[in-house]
Amino acid sequence: MTGNLFSAGFANLPDYLGQHVLVSVCAILLGLLVSLPLAIAAYRLAWLRGPALAVASVVQTIPGLALLALFYPLLVIISAFTTDMFGFGFRALGFLPAVLALALYSMLPVLRNTIVGLTGLDPAIIRAARATGMTPWQSLWLVELPLAAPVIMAGIRTAAVWVIGTATLSTPIGQTSLGNYIFTGLQTENWVLVLFGCVAAAVLALVIDRLLALAETGLAVRSPARLWGALAGIAMVVGVSLFPLFGHAGDTVTVGTKSFDEQYILGSLIQKRLNAAGFASARRDGLGSTVAFHALTNGDIDISIDYTGTIWANEMKRTDQPGRTAVMVQMTAWLEKTYGIRVLSLGFENAYAVAMRRDRADALHIATLADLAAHAGGMTIGGDYEIFSRPEWRAVTAAYGFKFAKQRQYQSDFMYRAVASSDVDAITAFSSDGRIAEYDLKLLGDPKGAFPPYDTVVLISAKHAHDEKLLAALKPLSGAIDLKTMQQANLMVDREKDKRTPEETADWLAAQIKR
Amino acid sequence: MTTIPRCSAWRIPPSRAANSSLGNRRRLAQKWGGMIELENLTKRYGDATPVVRDVSLRVDDGEFLVLIGESGSGKTTTLNMINRLAEPTGGRVLIDGADVRSGDPVTLRRQIGFVFQEIGLFPHMTVGENIAVTPRLLGWPEDGIAARVRELLSLVQLGSTDIANRLPAQLSGGQRQRVGVARALAARPKIMLMDEPFGALDALIRDELAADYRAIHDKLGLTTILVTHDMTEAFLLADRIAVMREGVLLQIATPKELAAAPANNFVRRMIEIPRRRAEKLAATMQNA
Repeated sequence: MTGNLFSAGFANLPDYLGQHVLVSVCAILLGLLVSLPLAIAAYRLAWLRGPALAVASVVQTIPGLALLALFYPLLVIISAFTTDMFGFGFRALGFLPAVLALALYSMLPVLRNTIVGLTGLDPAIIRAARATGMTPWQSLWLVELPLAAPVIMAGIRTAAVWVIGTATLSTPIGQTSLGNYIFTGLQTENWVLVLFGCVAAAVLALVIDRLLALAETGLAVRSPARLWGALAGIAMVVGVSLFPLFGHAGDTVTVGTKSFDEQYILGSLIQKRLNAAGFASARRDGLGSTVAFHALTNGDIDISIDYTGTIWANEMKRTDQPGRTAVMVQMTAWLEKTYGIRVLSLGFENAYAVAMRRDRADALHIATLADLAAHAGGMTIGGDYEIFSRPEWRAVTAAYGFKFAKQRQYQSDFMYRAVASSDVDAITAFSSDGRIAEYDLKLLGDPKGAFPPYDTVVLISAKHAHDEKLLAALKPLSGAIDLKTMQQANLMVDREKDKRTPEETADWLAAQIKR
Repeated sequence: MTTIPRCSAWRIPPSRAANSSLGNRRRLAQKWGGMIELENLTKRYGDATPVVRDVSLRVDDGEFLVLIGESGSGKTTTLNMINRLAEPTGGRVLIDGADVRSGDPVTLRRQIGFVFQEIGLFPHMTVGENIAVTPRLLGWPEDGIAARVRELLSLVQLGSTDIANRLPAQLSGGQRQRVGVARALAARPKIMLMDEPFGALDALIRDELAADYRAIHDKLGLTTILVTHDMTEAFLLADRIAVMREGVLLQIATPKELAAAPANNFVRRMIEIPRRRAEKLAATMQNA
């Protein structure tokens, strides 16, 4: 089993590593392009030093993941603005926000070391440069920068290691990186995969660090051979890493998935069907729920897997609940009309539902959300990262007058464990999750119909909505998966014993559909 | 001895050096001779007492002037105002009758040789590159520069070694200072300014180097102003000695005149130091 997991890890390595190196190198270069001139300006203009370093330090205090996440909405706004003003927009997801955020992250060490390196020079040397008839710029280029170069290089080295490490966090905003191993592994409780991602990123960071250290000593002892050797080594690492990326030619269909097991399995299933039909395909895994939908409407991804209720409440801003079929029909029409998106229903519902331990619910005589409301004041509710800020939850809270004592947020795997081990009293579970059965949880009824229905749908972007070849490849999935099959598939990935990868499970699921 | 390969990245591209209104600067250089006049020169930082107060003196073309004083006497500041490493608060500096502040300071500095105490060579450049700095800034052709470097190395008596490709850190103190003199002379200046150039050297090397420089001064017909606090050195080198104290010029005279008629007690005490030393030394030698 572990062997399978490893081979799955290595299979993705060229893509993940290439993307990781690409985004890191671009971020470091962009960061240098900004921070080196800024540092030189701050060296010359003493008043600029404080503010420049302060801003860079503040940026450094923002957690890497938050900084990356903040760039997505920012770019969406800017893109909307440029579309209005100049008639062009750009992709707000993936590469661009990752590069910008990481570049910003790389600035502090370069800025600080460049300023320290330059201000720390012996004033006698600078006086000598002036006395020999150098202009201030000639003195900077010919004397001050070369002499400060080892210190500056040390800053670049720190920045490079930071960027390579932090780049693993660019996965949730849609940039493939070595972080894909970590995030997928975390979702599927596949610790081998998490470890694989960590080790790969650490090895990359160490190799680049050693090469830059060589460049640094090359500058310090003024050995051009060492300097050029180090730079050639870096060029080789970057070149070899980027090589697989050039293989992707032509039109690639990108499948985007949200960050939980079912999405990974279905994403893999769709990708396998596309590949079988002769499409070049790519994946953007672990996107946030709203991020995934906007990525689809922006054209950053071509296919996503979503749920009717999610779009009903979050995108259509509807609070009424006309019933499962009506929601599906109206949503399909709305998506078609508003975005030109094509909808393919898979046949099962993955609803938000509140779940409790069966023994606890029975002891308290709780069968429905209405029963739960009476006990909520003394209870802690656990949910995923999204639910408590979603309109559906506000609707449910209002309908039943919930006032829970405490709320806790979990990565969805840990959420089920938390309720099973009584860390929380109830959770907002997903009805297709295999762990409901595994942990013997009781799903509470929703007599007021406050939760909308959540039929699972495949969304196909406007660009491919009329691509007959693509539609034909996905058509067999329509209505082909029932709740029981999906629960079983989800459990295969989630369970501790005989754990399968999402790819293996997708193959199993494909076999079920054919039957 | 290992040689370090020259790194072309650290050399000044001739194209960049050449595009700086060169012709104009050359013509200016030829116009100037070596006469230096200081007129009521004053330098003050903020509201404090001036570090240089109303100094006037004249150095003739070809003359060797030693500017002597204790530390804080304002001698280095005076020197710096001649090539505009410092700008005067009052008064002016004339070279061959022209105010140095009428032109561009960079142009001025390329025409005046400047030698520093100890450090002053660029540690990341080889000896050859250090000497070639000013000619490259002036846009001389590369073969001309190479010939000039060889010529200068033999002038400062380093011509017999392959020293041009070494870094300053690989040289002895005396060798470094000879390279410093060669670098200052590279662009054929008429004027040399020297700020305690031999101060950090061992006594033996120091006298040898001082004597060698005086020979170069005479051979090339330079005008030299040398700053020191060592009266013995001043007596050995100078055509005339200018004594400064607390920013004021106390006396300017030939060594002979200075010894015969010191202007005040301070000057007398200053010139008695070498005399007393010489007497003691002579007495010791006789007794031995």
